[in-house]
Amino acid sequence: MGLDLFILVALICAGIWTVMARSILRSAIGLALTSAILTIIMFRLNSPLAAVFELSVCTGLISVLFVSVISLTQPQTPKEIIEHMKLRLSRFWFLPILVIILGVGIIIANAKLKVVSAQAHIEPDVRFILWHLRQFDLIGQVIILLTGVFGVVILFREAKKGE
Amino acid sequence: MNSQLVSIFLTFGSFAVLLFIIGIYCILAGYNLIRALIGVELLIKAVTLFLIVAGFASGHLELAQSLIITMIVIEVVMITIAVGIVVGIYRKTGSLDARNIRNLKG
Amino acid sequence: MCLALILIPFFSIIILNLPPREVNKRIAFGLVLILTLGQMFLVFFPGCNFWKMNSGVFGSMLKIDLLVDNLTLIMLFCIGLIVLVTLFTSRQFIGPIEKQRNFINLLLVVLIGMNGTVLARDIFSLYVFLEITAVASFILISFDKELLGLEGAFKYLLLSAIATILMLSSIALLLILTGSTGFSEVQAVLKTLNPNNPLLILAVGLFLAALFIKSGLIPFHGWLPDAYSSAPASVSVLLAGIVTKVAGVYALIRIMVSVLGFSPASQAVLLLIGAVSIVLGALLSLTQSDFKRMLAYSSISQVGYIILGLGSGTALGIVGAVFHIFNHCVFKSLLFINSAAIEKQTGIRDMDKLSGLAQKMPVTGLSSLLASLSAAGIPPLAGFWSKLIIIIALWSAGYYTYAVIGILAGILTLAYFLSLQRRVFFGKLTREFINVKEASFSLVFPMVLLSVIIIGVGVFTPVLLDKFILGLGNILGG
Repeated sequence: MGLDLFILVALICAGIWTVMARSILRSAIGLALTSAILTIIMFRLNSPLAAVFELSVCTGLISVLFVSVISLTQPQTPKEIIEHMKLRLSRFWFLPILVIILGVGIIIANAKLKVVSAQAHIEPDVRFILWHLRQFDLIGQVIILLTGVFGVVILFREAKKGE
Repeated sequence: MNSQLVSIFLTFGSFAVLLFIIGIYCILAGYNLIRALIGVELLIKAVTLFLIVAGFASGHLELAQSLIITMIVIEVVMITIAVGIVVGIYRKTGSLDARNIRNLKG
Repeated sequence: MCLALILIPFFSIIILNLPPREVNKRIAFGLVLILTLGQMFLVFFPGCNFWKMNSGVFGSMLKIDLLVDNLTLIMLFCIGLIVLVTLFTSRQFIGPIEKQRNFINLLLVVLIGMNGTVLARDIFSLYVFLEITAVASFILISFDKELLGLEGAFKYLLLSAIATILMLSSIALLLILTGSTGFSEVQAVLKTLNPNNPLLILAVGLFLAALFIKSGLIPFHGWLPDAYSSAPASVSVLLAGIVTKVAGVYALIRIMVSVLGFSPASQAVLLLIGAVSIVLGALLSLTQSDFKRMLAYSSISQVGYIILGLGSGTALGIVGAVFHIFNHCVFKSLLFINSAAIEKQTGIRDMDKLSGLAQKMPVTGLSSLLASLSAAGIPPLAGFWSKLIIIIALWSAGYYTYAVIGILAGILTLAYFLSLQRRVFFGKLTREFINVKEASFSLVFPMVLLSVIIIGVGVFTPVLLDKFILGLGNILGG
């Protein structure tokens, strides 16, 4: 449990760094880091398949996506950066305090909550579930990938033509 | 569910809630469109953590994994479309500042 | 076999994008026409083999259990109808043929997404297909790549993403509480749980909040007027007519009825949000001058009625809610087609600048009058009956205050629609509009079709009531 707690704290630190980083590029890197730490947590919770997906798609693909959109658009001017620094402290100073209060509250409430137990039983393998029990979701995955292709065709390609 | 599983669920769950709050903060704290999307990504990380822990604690880890795989596929398509829209806005206005594009009143 | 409602559009998309593209461009329109008409036609035969599980080619190959009951059938009919109408409308607005093909591809994706949402019998599958519908709508809103459209799409995307994340958190909580994600399995376990379990309350709250955002109810309505008013004209018809009704309102009804069940607390929330949306939506639409924004706020107000009917928690209330979804689909898409026709013919959407158009555009004027009166609940038009059922249900369930609010807000509805009629269609015809002509066939045809439905359903409701409409209530008992 000690190691898990350490990893969880690291996850939160990476998250905070993502929010507080000066440039968006560093934010994107912070996001990739958060995602990578989440992958470790997933491995420790006995879910290697989902972890591999998370690592390849979220840490890899989405970071590439963010870095490319950041390079497509202008970097922030120093003025904007300073403004961002000011804003995040002045407008939302209460939020970090809220985070702490909520965290403490949850930990205190831990003892009082009672989770109803579901019967433990041996489950079929992930691949079996995905291919045999959740075929409807698989159809959905295929269709949403198709939608993504249409979206890229409409939003990116024609935009270049118009320039 | 034994007490150890409950404590694991609650510990991981509370960290997921913390990550969720950080993500909301990220969406609210700036005016940059990409930063808002990064905030959405943080929220998705939080919910992924929550789902996997829910699966682990309830003994339905395999089901939770298959749900997460579907979720990741959907998430990546959604972010791609979002990035496409942001690039489109940038091409029109030359800026990523949400204040410049608030022509719509809400 | 009813999996065909998802697979056939899917294969159609693939065929349309295969070579020879030149041929496929021409058949695209006809193909969607046949698909939607077929879907609407099949709904009238609920007993036939098509609706049985595990029959036919697809049924034997794939082991997918789908949900078919009266609510599903009604929604499938609405989906078919509005997609058909949108298809006609799009002929006027989507210019070059290359764009038309892209539009039809996305229209089919939205059709698949909505059909899947309606047919799903698993919370997670519901999320998957909601997300397909939503992603396709983001692309459709930003279809013209105008700044306003992109901005509206981004707002919708951000709020919709937050809604889906809330929904997923709720799914995770339900997974830990019940160990499953199927509708009937979850419902069976939830019945045995203590209703005061904090995790259960949290799960219900998160799910409701997510679907309130998706339906655009006040105070979660921030994205809705922007998305509706900034989208291309034919996309507004689709969005306002059916997409948000399926993605938000249908999902809400289904989740409340088939999964979570009613509790006094959740009913109180539904009634409150419904009443606030009705009144504030109507007041806000009185203050608008943009035609489409006014219709968007009126949409919030009308959805409020549906939620109010659902909140009564009785079978009659749910019947009224579903009947009002149907009526709302018809009259709201008709009004959006009217606004599209006016925008097309005059290039203006500001209601203060328009006047006297009824003389020049008689079909548009008359059909918009019919739709407005139906929305305001004037007998004997269709909207009157659904509102009447909702109010009777509220009254008989003992929610007198909400019933009175519903009746009084009807006057507000009448007020803003009459103000619309007066400003746009009546009054003096200014010289500016002297050369305005009636819109072309592809806009007039859907207007006439929907007007006929409004009158027909209105006149025949007393006859149909026992046979069809009240039969809807049996989804509550299973």
